[in-house]
Parts: sequence; C-alpha cells; structure tokens
Amino acid sequence: MSLLDVRSVSKHFRGLRAVHEVSFDVAEGGIQGLIGPNGAGKTTTFNMIAGVYAPDTGEILFAGRAIHRLRPDEICAAGIGRTFQIVKPFAGLSVLDNVMVGAFLRERHAANARAAAAKILERLGLGAKRDLPASSLTLPDRKRLEVARALATRPKLLLLDEVMAGLRPTECDQMVAVFRELNRADGTTILLIEHVMRAVMALARQIAVLHHGALIARGTPEQVVRDPAVLECYLGEETEV
Amino acid sequence: MPAEIYLNVAVSGLLTGLVYGLMALGLSVIFGVVRVVNFAHGEMMTIAMYLAVVLFSHYRLDPLVMMVPIAGVLFALGYVMQRGLINPFINRPEHSQFMLLVALALILVNGLLIVFGPDAQGVQTSYSFASFAVGRLIVDANKIYAALAALAVAAALFAFFRYTLAGKAIRACADNYAGALVVGLDVKRLYALTFGIGAACVGAAGCMMVLLVDVTPPLGPAYTLLAFVIVIVGGLGSMGGALLGGVLIGVSEALAGLFIAPSAKSMFSFGLLILILLLRPQGLLGRRT
Amino acid sequence: MSRASVSLAILAAILVALPFLLGNYALSVATLILYFAYTGQAWNVMMGFAGQLSLGHAVYVGVGAYAAGSLFFHYGIGPWAGVLLAMALCVALGLIIGFLAFRFRISGVYFALLTIAFAEFTRIGFDHLDWTGGPGGMFLRVAQRDTWDLANFRGPPLMYYYAMLALAAGAFALCAWLLRSRAGYYWQAIREDEEAAQALGINTFRWKLLAVAISAAMTAVAGVFFAFYYNNLFPEQIFHISRSIEIILGPVIGGVGTLFGPVLGATVLTLLSDGITEALAAVGWEIPGIKQVFYGVVLLAVVMFLPNGIWPALARRLRL
Repeated sequence: MSLLDVRSVSKHFRGLRAVHEVSFDVAEGGIQGLIGPNGAGKTTTFNMIAGVYAPDTGEILFAGRAIHRLRPDEICAAGIGRTFQIVKPFAGLSVLDNVMVGAFLRERHAANARAAAAKILERLGLGAKRDLPASSLTLPDRKRLEVARALATRPKLLLLDEVMAGLRPTECDQMVAVFRELNRADGTTILLIEHVMRAVMALARQIAVLHHGALIARGTPEQVVRDPAVLECYLGEETEV
Repeated sequence: MPAEIYLNVAVSGLLTGLVYGLMALGLSVIFGVVRVVNFAHGEMMTIAMYLAVVLFSHYRLDPLVMMVPIAGVLFALGYVMQRGLINPFINRPEHSQFMLLVALALILVNGLLIVFGPDAQGVQTSYSFASFAVGRLIVDANKIYAALAALAVAAALFAFFRYTLAGKAIRACADNYAGALVVGLDVKRLYALTFGIGAACVGAAGCMMVLLVDVTPPLGPAYTLLAFVIVIVGGLGSMGGALLGGVLIGVSEALAGLFIAPSAKSMFSFGLLILILLLRPQGLLGRRT
Repeated sequence: MSRASVSLAILAAILVALPFLLGNYALSVATLILYFAYTGQAWNVMMGFAGQLSLGHAVYVGVGAYAAGSLFFHYGIGPWAGVLLAMALCVALGLIIGFLAFRFRISGVYFALLTIAFAEFTRIGFDHLDWTGGPGGMFLRVAQRDTWDLANFRGPPLMYYYAMLALAAGAFALCAWLLRSRAGYYWQAIREDEEAAQALGINTFRWKLLAVAISAAMTAVAGVFFAFYYNNLFPEQIFHISRSIEIILGPVIGGVGTLFGPVLGATVLTLLSDGITEALAAVGWEIPGIKQVFYGVVLLAVVMFLPNGIWPALARRLRL
C-alpha cells in the first residue's frame, strides 16, 4: 500500500511551468529517490508535499487522506517531517533546544521532550555537541541537525532535501547508515531529493526522475540508470558520483 | 457651508501635502536603498526649520532662497550619520537599528529644546499674508511657493536617479546589494550618499514647511510619524508613492480638520495607515516583494 | 543550590526588606524601577520571546488604566474587578491587532508601525471621548496617605511598593516558567525562523497570538496600577509614543529575550535618570531637555557597544 500518493500535480509560477502533471507514489516502509537536473522541479514538488505551496491542479494523498490544502504545520502534525535544502537552524538556541522544538509536537512536557531530543541526537552522532549554540555548528553538523529536528516530530514519512550535499564521502556513508537503520528499525518511510548519486543508489529502492517539471522515468536504481531518457537528460550535466 | 470652502480647504491641503510628500520622499529614498527606517526623520526636519528661522530672523534671508544651503547642511549631517553611526548597524536586527535612531532622535529633539526653548518660532516674509484668487478660489501665496519648490526639488531628485551615474549606481545598490558589490561599487559611500540625499530632501522640505507652520521641538516626533504614515500609504521605497501619499494625507487632514475637529485630523491619517497596511501592505504605488 | 539561585534568593530578601531601609522618596524610585521591570518583562514576551516588535505598548497601559479608572470613577467599583475588565479589553485589542497583522502577513518594520498606528489612533480617540474626560483627563479620588483600603487599592507608598514587587516577581516567575515550557520553545523557534518553525508542526499564527495576548494582559495590569498610583490619566501622556519607547528601553538595554534583562535595564535606567536629575540640580543646570540628552547618549552607547544588552555581558562575568 502506498503511504504517499502524488496524483498529477502541477504548479506554475507566473507562467513558468515548474511542475507539470507529476504522479508517483511512495510505498509504506519504502525509500524513494527523487532525482533530476537542476531546475527539474524537485524542490517545488517537495514543497507541495510539505504544504509550502498548494498545487494548481492535482491532489496529494497521505495515508489515504488528501493533504494538498493543508498548512505546513498541519502536514507535519499528520506525520510528514521535512528538512530544508538551505539549512534553517534556530541559530540562537542550543543544538538540544533546536531538536526539542521538534519533539514538543508529540511530547507536551519539557522533560519528556528533552529526553526524546537527546536520544535522537545520540543517534545522529550529535550527542557531544548538544549544549553548543546551533550557530557554531559546521555545515555537515547543521545538515544532521536538520534531520534530527525533523525526526523529533516522529514522522511516518521523512522528506530529505539534499541532506548529503557538501558532506565528505565518509560522512555521507554514515548518513546513509543512519537512514537505513531508521527505515529498518522504525519503519520510517523516506523520500529523498539527492544530487549525490552514490547516496541515492545506496539507499533508494525506487527512483523517480524529473526533467523540466515532468516525470520522465520511474523504477529501481538499476532500471533508471539504463533508461535512455534519463541518460539523455543528464548528458552534459555534471553529475556527482 | 458653501462649496468653495471645501475646495479652498482641499487645495490648501493639497499644497501642504506636496511639502509633506517631499519630506516623506527623503524617508522613502533612505529606506528603499539603505533598508534602515530613519526614526529620526522628523527631528532632522525640525533642525532644518530652526536653521531657516535663525537665518531669517538674524539676516532676513528668505527660507526659499536658503533652501539650497540648508539642504546642503542636512546632506552633510545625513552623510556623516550614515558613515559614522548607522553603517555598523546595517546587518543588525531591526529593533537594534530602531534603538540607535531613537537615541539619536532623543538627543536631537532635546538638543533643540535646550538651544531654542519650548516656544513656537516662525518667519514672516513679505508674502506671508499675500494670496492669489482664481475665481472664487483663494490660495495663500506661501503655500503656492512652498508647493512649487517641493515639486521642483522632487523633479530634480527624479532626474538625478534617472540620468546621473551616481543615481543609477544607487538604484543598482537598492536592486541588488550583492551584485553592486561584485561589480565594484563602493556601497558604503553610496549608502552615505543616499542618506545625505534623503536628509537634503528633508532639509529642503523644512525650509518650505517653516513658511506654513511655526516650529517647536515636539514637532520632530510628530513629523517622524507623519512621514511613516505617508510612505506606508504611498509605498515604502516608491518615490512617486511618497508624493502621492503626501498629497492624500495633506488633503484628508485638511478635510478631516474641517468636518470633524482639527485635533482629530491625525486620527484620520492613522486610520488610513491601518487600512492600507491591511488591504495593500505594499502601499498604493509600491511593488510587492 | 547554584550560584544563580543563591543570588536570586539574596535579591528577593533585599527587595522585601527595602522599605525599611529607604525613605519615601527612595521608595517611590524603587516602585518605579519595579514598574518598568514589570512592563519590560511583559513587552519581552512579545518581542524577546516571540520576536514580534511592538512599538505601541502604551496602548495596553492606557486602555488598562482607563478601563479600571472609569469603573472606579463612574461607578465606584474597585480595581480588583477593574483589573479583570482591563485585562479582557487589552487581550481583545491585542488579539485584534495580532489577528489583522498575522493574517495579512505584516511583519518586521510594518508590524511595528501598525502597533504605533493603533496606539496613536487610540490616543486621539480618547482625546475625543468625553466619558473619560477627553484631553482634560480623568482624576481618581485620592485618599489619605495613611489609610489602608485594600479593596479600593488605596494606601501608603509602602502598599504600592509591595504590590509592584509582587507583580514584578510574579511576572518574572511567569516568564521563567513560560520560557522553559513548550510555549517558550515555540516562540523562540518562531523568532529565529518562522518557516522552519512551521515545518516542525507549529501553528505559528496561534502561538504568535498567544504571545500578544499574554503580553497585553500583563501590560493591562500595569495600566491599572498606574491609574491607582498616579490617580490622574491624560490621553496625551499615557498613550504617547514616548511612553511606548520608555517601556522597551529597559529590556533593550538590559538584554532582549533574557529574564534578567528587563529587571536590570529598568534599574540602570531609572537610577541613571534619577541620578542625572539630581546631579544637574546640584550644579544648577536645570535646563529642560538636558536630562533627555544624557539619556540619549547613554542609550546610544549601550546600543553601540553592548548590542545584546548589559545582562548577557554581566552574566558571563559573574559566571551565572
């Protein structure tokens, strides 16, 4: 059964066709990759799922419920957690406090929220830095913090927007291991936009490819990389491998 | 009341409104480029008014003639303020910038109080009581002169931003700060220049305003608020909007003073401000960001 | 006990004992310090915690003062009922301003100007409201200095001092609790990055409204105190923008968003203002305006050299 069902959504910005009639679904418990060259409409699609934009046409179902008219906070409460491509830490707060903000969605009491946040930080390898101000973190740590905060809202579906970009290969592999573990042990479904092909290939069981706002291919990683349409749209594009 | 009273009051409000508009133009230019809200704007206006009063009472120099040197003095004041005080605050949070300018305003308004005392001071020129009659419409000469001067200064400012290299460079800074840095514009100097130009507008407007009203130190904060209302109504950062807003507020104040009570006239302006903020927050002529 | 809680206990003891050490004049200065510590704390909930800059907080002082003042003036109803009306009216007003601003996505400078506009609008409105005395003001019946009439909040300076101390301490405790609860975390998240806050499931509209409502209710109580302490109310004075600025000076100088900032800022400012007045009187420079110039210079210096306020710098020194 699919947890997320995106049904022919479109979004235009002042005549610019950002996303056109895109449909795909994410199976419950699955890991789905969303790839495509720059400007393909990946982040716009993401923002429609997360409730930042309402689609012009089409609908988005989450666990069978239409969510495309909901606000971002309602979507988060429904069980979809997201990260931002350009990280948005609460700079004035400590690392632990950042994650506690997320944890308060499911835990009303500060003590419980703190315990939940601390556990997530350990899991992401940020335990030692929990009392530092978020503004002092390096970029890889900020990316981890984004993930930790989203996880603290206990999502059924986790939307990851280029969380590997800028990480070194070993850091990237650590991240991949974290997501695998999360998926296996907690059953969290994951939808990730990623430029780092190494991570997508290692993680995703299904991949959807966007180009010029339209879906051009879907399938397993092996199928997608052999698809002529995909090869063509990436030709001349610099892909990180 | 006969109809010509309304017309007379409306025309008088329109002429005063043009001077308001020039004052607000200064605020709008500064905000549009430097992105700092000059909370000491009205205080700078009163400085110019006092300068005009002093020059007139000691040397019989006409405020409209002294407009040029006084605008020059205010330009220098604005330039130095931006360079020395405000520039380090460009990237600080809004409330921090606000407190800086509140401190400046506090010093300026009370400095004026110490120097000039609390009593109202004004000028009486040869044309103070002259008027022109067009049909049954009677207009005060000083209002006509002040409004024409305001239009002339505004036109000069439009020309400066449209045709001169410095004006174009300032507009480039306003449109794209990073781009301006990349192409090698001296942004700090241009910001100071802009603040100077905004202050010069206020200086010129002060010289005109002193023909219409007597000056007291508390006029400063009142004009600051008035300038805010005008630029928000017209559109913060829009030059045409500032003039339009000035005229609108001038006319509505004059009519509200006639219909309701003179003391209620600014209630009307603030009501208009609230409406504009809610219905068209970018202002009448502002662009939505 | 930590250094911080020991210091707090000592401070509390000093404040309780203070009336027995001070004369009447010094006691009135201390009352004023507590008053500004209280209003600063209230403003801080909105700006320091939730990041919504209000430059029109005088409107809540004024509406609160006039609400309780009118009940007493016209119907002889004491401030204990009046404070409820004051809080209800100010919460309603705050919710209206907040609802309009947040629904229409007005933020930053525009929000600040909207709050000024509402305060000015209300000031001129009261100038034309005959029921409250218009520009001529409203005068509450003054009692003998040595009567103790708690029902009508009439008593000696000592009573006002302890009332203000209770209010300031209550506000401090409330803010400390809020800051450590879900509300405090949510507000700070909204202050730091509203979009990220919303993505974490926070209904930012509702939480911002809550901050405005709490801040307005707290400030309304200060208004009621003002009415019964000074016994005369003039729209021109109570709603004026300089009153709004006075409220925010303390927390800005002490440290926006901190618990001790408003307290420290109010103390420094009030003592300074008082000290300047006395010093100027001593040298015979009683020129109107000169005190405000000094005030401005001090403010300028603090804003330039201690951008986060005095408290964060002091706390680091004291290792609290």
